Amino acid sequence: MAETIVRGRVWHFGHDISTDLLSPGGFAIGSVDERKMHTLESVNPGFAGDVRPGDVVVTGRNFGCGSSRETAPENLKALGVGCIVAESLSRLFLRNAVAIGLPALVCPGVHEAFADGDDIEVDLASGRVVNHRTGAMLEASALPEEMREILDAGGILAVLRRQFGGEGDPSSG
Amino acid sequence: MARLTLAEKILGRAAGVAEVAAGEFVVADIDLAMIHDIFAARVFDLVLDSGAPGLADPEAVVVVIDHLVPAPTPEAADLHRRIREHVAALDVGTFYDAGEGICHQLLPERGHVRPGMLVVGTDSHMTTHGALAAAATGIGTSDMVYALATGRLWFQVPETIRFELSGTLSPGVVWKDVILALAGRFGSDVAQYRAIEFAGPAVKETDMASRLTVSNMAVEIGAKFGLFDADEVTEAYLRERGIEATGPLAADPDASYEAVHDVFLSDLDPQVALPNEVDRVAPVGDVAGQPIEQAFIGSCTNGRLEDLEAAAAILEGKRVAPGVRLLVAPASRRVLQEASARGILDTLIAAGASVLPSGCGPCFGGHGGLLGAGERAIGTHNRNFVGRMGSAQAEIYLASPATVAASAIAGRIADPRSMEGAGG
Ligand code: SF4
Repeated sequence: MAETIVRGRVWHFGHDISTDLLSPGGFAIGSVDERKMHTLESVNPGFAGDVRPGDVVVTGRNFGCGSSRETAPENLKALGVGCIVAESLSRLFLRNAVAIGLPALVCPGVHEAFADGDDIEVDLASGRVVNHRTGAMLEASALPEEMREILDAGGILAVLRRQFGGEGDPSSG
Repeated sequence: MARLTLAEKILGRAAGVAEVAAGEFVVADIDLAMIHDIFAARVFDLVLDSGAPGLADPEAVVVVIDHLVPAPTPEAADLHRRIREHVAALDVGTFYDAGEGICHQLLPERGHVRPGMLVVGTDSHMTTHGALAAAATGIGTSDMVYALATGRLWFQVPETIRFELSGTLSPGVVWKDVILALAGRFGSDVAQYRAIEFAGPAVKETDMASRLTVSNMAVEIGAKFGLFDADEVTEAYLRERGIEATGPLAADPDASYEAVHDVFLSDLDPQVALPNEVDRVAPVGDVAGQPIEQAFIGSCTNGRLEDLEAAAAILEGKRVAPGVRLLVAPASRRVLQEASARGILDTLIAAGASVLPSGCGPCFGGHGGLLGAGERAIGTHNRNFVGRMGSAQAEIYLASPATVAASAIAGRIADPRSMEGAGG
């Protein structure tokens, strides 16, 4: 099982953060290094420059709504974001986050319980979410096993490479 | 003891499992996969990198160049060249080059989608094809690579929400208004991870164009699938495309739903989504009078012949207000040809419309009709998020073709029922 604890600073965002904000349309075909610097720039221009590896995005309802662009979770992963904890996630965002190996959890109450800059700890396996500033403790819904297997493998392309790369994949069938 | 929703029926069949229930994970065979120009080159690069010998089922793959049409930059032209090379090298079953139309118009229009199919595409508005009782949904590039290389993909069988729609739409009100009203009433999250079934007596009256509009926007309220039953309307639409009777397809009468919402449509007014969320919706009367700089009729939501016709009925013999840009993008070359043959295009052009190529253009803020800071637009498309059509300081309102046409004439948001030609 891969590392399950993520601890870092909170970057706090609101509701309905769309893929247009996470990966602005005009940058959809640039390289990831170029693209990632525009992540959420119209909501928080400092985010892409200041976010550190292991930091956590805490957000409201319907995070990642909008298009199918996988560049949305990819930008966050490339910036080093350790995981996303949201009131609710758009289906496509969750699917894409799993596909590229970025953990994303749904945790009712999280938007209220955290503020920008808080010290957060997330246990991906159990779904326990702790605010070390306030002591608040919340429960996120744990990811189904099928999704965790893909996350642990490092994403669905890693699963695929194992299938075709001759290493064999015992779970395929 | 069958009591399955449409989503359960289709996913169970595609997974080769007798009966599946909401919440289960299945690995299912993909009947049809669509990739458009934003992602196609990257997807095919990754398929080749994975070590896969090629596409598992090339005939089930459709590639469309529609987002960057015609290529607005040298980089886009280069991207398109690479896509054409991949399409030839990998024997892709169907390829629609730039100018043929928008992917969600072409899949049904050219007869690719049939009831009961499991369809994936690298685009969130894949839900459109639920209009034909296909379980169709958007996936990202990595999932698409997996699907193309193996012919299969994992799915969680969704819970289903059913909208029981009754009543009769008043003149001047169309199904775009219905889906906007549902978004406004139930919110952008109501169908998250869930399938929707659009049902009830009012649905029997709808034509396929209206169903496609509604299913298109099902994703705006979170849906994984936005399904209509396959019925006589579906059969007639397929027959026009040379597809033999596929039979009716519907949920079992005693299927179990997470929620059933009864909605009465007779008292509905034309609706407008306000910036910057699709579920911030008001009757047009509440926002009438707001000045606009741009009006857009097009996109996979409302760029069909029926939509251009509704706009032309309002614009006939009128002129767009000074200072307003009216942009019309027919959803496909066939729509363009038909609109031309029927004189609809002439009416629109005479009224002052600029006709754009059949593609996505300004809908996603790509190119060809973007908004500057402080500008306000009203369009027939499906999203009004910050920055969607250009500047993050622009405002986007969403409405029906009739409302957009009426607003273009008035130079401000206007109720189409206040104009001649708004027959319904
Ligand atoms: S018309 Fe707009 S919503 Fe439809 S596929 Fe193109 S960009 Fe997406």
